[in-house]
Amino acid sequence: MAIGGLTTNALLYLDNVSVTFDGFRALNALSLSIDAQEMRAIIGPNGAGKTTMMDVITGKTRPNQGVAVFEASHDLTKLDEASIAELGIGRKFQTPTVFEMHTVEDNILLALKTDRRPFPTLFSKRTKAEKERIDALLERVRLTGSRDRKAGELSHGQKQWLEIGMLLAQEPKLLLVDEPAAGMTDQETADTADLLREIAKTASVVVVEHDMVFVRDLGVKVTCLHEGSVLAEGSLDAVSTNERVVEVYLGR
Amino acid sequence: MSRYRFLDGAGMIFLAVVLAMAALIPASNLLLPPDSWLHVPDHMVPLLGKYLAFAMLALALDLVWGYCGILSLGHGAFFALGGYAMGMYLMRQIGPRGVYGNPVLPDFMVFLNWTELPWFWLGFDHFWFALLMVVLVPGALAFCFGWLAFRSRVTGVYLSIITQALTFALMLAFFRNDMGFGGNNGLTDFKDILGFPVQAQGTRAALFALTAFALAGSYLLSRWVVTSKLGKVVVAIRDAESRSRFIGYRVEHYKLVVFTLSAMLAGIAGALYVPQVGIINPSEFAPANSIEAVIWVAVGGRGTLVGAALGAFLVNAGKTWFTGVLPSMWLFALGGLFVLTTLLLPKGVVGLITDLFGIRRKSELPAPTAPAAPAKAAPAE
Repeated sequence: MAIGGLTTNALLYLDNVSVTFDGFRALNALSLSIDAQEMRAIIGPNGAGKTTMMDVITGKTRPNQGVAVFEASHDLTKLDEASIAELGIGRKFQTPTVFEMHTVEDNILLALKTDRRPFPTLFSKRTKAEKERIDALLERVRLTGSRDRKAGELSHGQKQWLEIGMLLAQEPKLLLVDEPAAGMTDQETADTADLLREIAKTASVVVVEHDMVFVRDLGVKVTCLHEGSVLAEGSLDAVSTNERVVEVYLGR
Repeated sequence: MSRYRFLDGAGMIFLAVVLAMAALIPASNLLLPPDSWLHVPDHMVPLLGKYLAFAMLALALDLVWGYCGILSLGHGAFFALGGYAMGMYLMRQIGPRGVYGNPVLPDFMVFLNWTELPWFWLGFDHFWFALLMVVLVPGALAFCFGWLAFRSRVTGVYLSIITQALTFALMLAFFRNDMGFGGNNGLTDFKDILGFPVQAQGTRAALFALTAFALAGSYLLSRWVVTSKLGKVVVAIRDAESRSRFIGYRVEHYKLVVFTLSAMLAGIAGALYVPQVGIINPSEFAPANSIEAVIWVAVGGRGTLVGAALGAFLVNAGKTWFTGVLPSMWLFALGGLFVLTTLLLPKGVVGLITDLFGIRRKSELPAPTAPAAPAKAAPAE
């Protein structure tokens, strides 16, 4: 199926997307394509449009022009956040955002892929399959020992991992991850890179990151954004030696 | 999930107290001789019944404010609408016993030279129809209002302001004689309810017991809702609305469900209030009433249900006492109470009690497990 006269096999396809806020062009004819099971790192200076791009993909912001298509058949510019989440796009915020008053276990429970409508939720009882799924996810993000603690009591790094666990509970096809390594120790950063690589075996992952060590650790294709459009794309070595990239982002 | 038991200790104590009141207060009033020191005097029964109706309103408000984070400053509107629906039934029961002796039209309509009953008064001579309206009218208003407000993502102080405007607008409308609800006099001079005289001590005792049962029932219903998975989603929305949205919950639908349910409970509370106080007039829509209800919840402890009901009871008992001793100072006392609660008791009376007991309970629990993740990361942040 084609939307906007385009055919594509990519999982996520953005073409010529522009977003303007009060005359400021946050995105300027941005085009980007992510394949299934691909991991992509997005770098770029502040104000390059990284967060706005995520907002467009997750339905928070409507583009002024352009095409945003998921699985070649869903027009993301017409759907709201909840429908896009149900299509299988998960989003991790820059500052870890978890349900602080709920236990770690309940955080995962609420994120599990099930019927999201109010009345089925009111009458829902946790099934054995759900419990097993929660156990497995807690194990995967190494929070089994903290399952009964309130999420608000976790350390910053644990909250980041819990949020990733919640994304996994949604069984997404595409994960958008905003600065997962921010505020983490070196070891935690390396572990997070491992976790993301593992996730990318079954889902596509888009990582927005400033930490170049972390990006190098991921070892994936890099897209550099600048002033709302793609400045360079390719391996980290190719991008980081690109003259324009050095000029606007990495510094001489 | 085991952490959220349907009934916790506070809930069981609350239910036991409310049900004991339902049995003991009417019994003491009706059966004991007036000179017995255990006798509850006649005037106390409707007064306590009024407190219980307010406790139910507080419970409804806590559901939206404490659990869903919607600070409604207009919940008095739903209470008053429920009250008016009951008042209309009671007016129709007067029949030819009114001052003008008109068998169909209430006195105020005869006085206004109306010749027939307005269409929206039809059906209110049936008790079942009135009961239906007690729930449906506040529910429908809350649904329409909430549909528009939550869909447009109006939150926080803006939402509070428009709920306040809602109740104020209704107050102005109900003050008008041509609205057909008795203007500023409202509805009063009730004679009987289901054939029992409203003023009779037996009827008042029965109404008191009914209010207590209704309070217990609303507590059970609210508790069931907040301990369900929907309750967890609602708290999640309160604490991290956009996270809930990106996980795939349609936040506006959840808010709408809770808001509508809460308005219906407030309507029932209003319907129980009116026959006990004997009057309903537009001042029940006054914004100050809704704000006072918020203070009850804050004083008792937001997000605890039991605390909301307790706060309503305590503040209103204080109000009765205070307005007897120093009537002109009551509003200052109320304001002072709110400031003090906010500053010193952010979790309210119930929070204070659980904190006092919590110190001991906490030491009995094993220390929280050491941070287990990420396991390989030795250094703390």
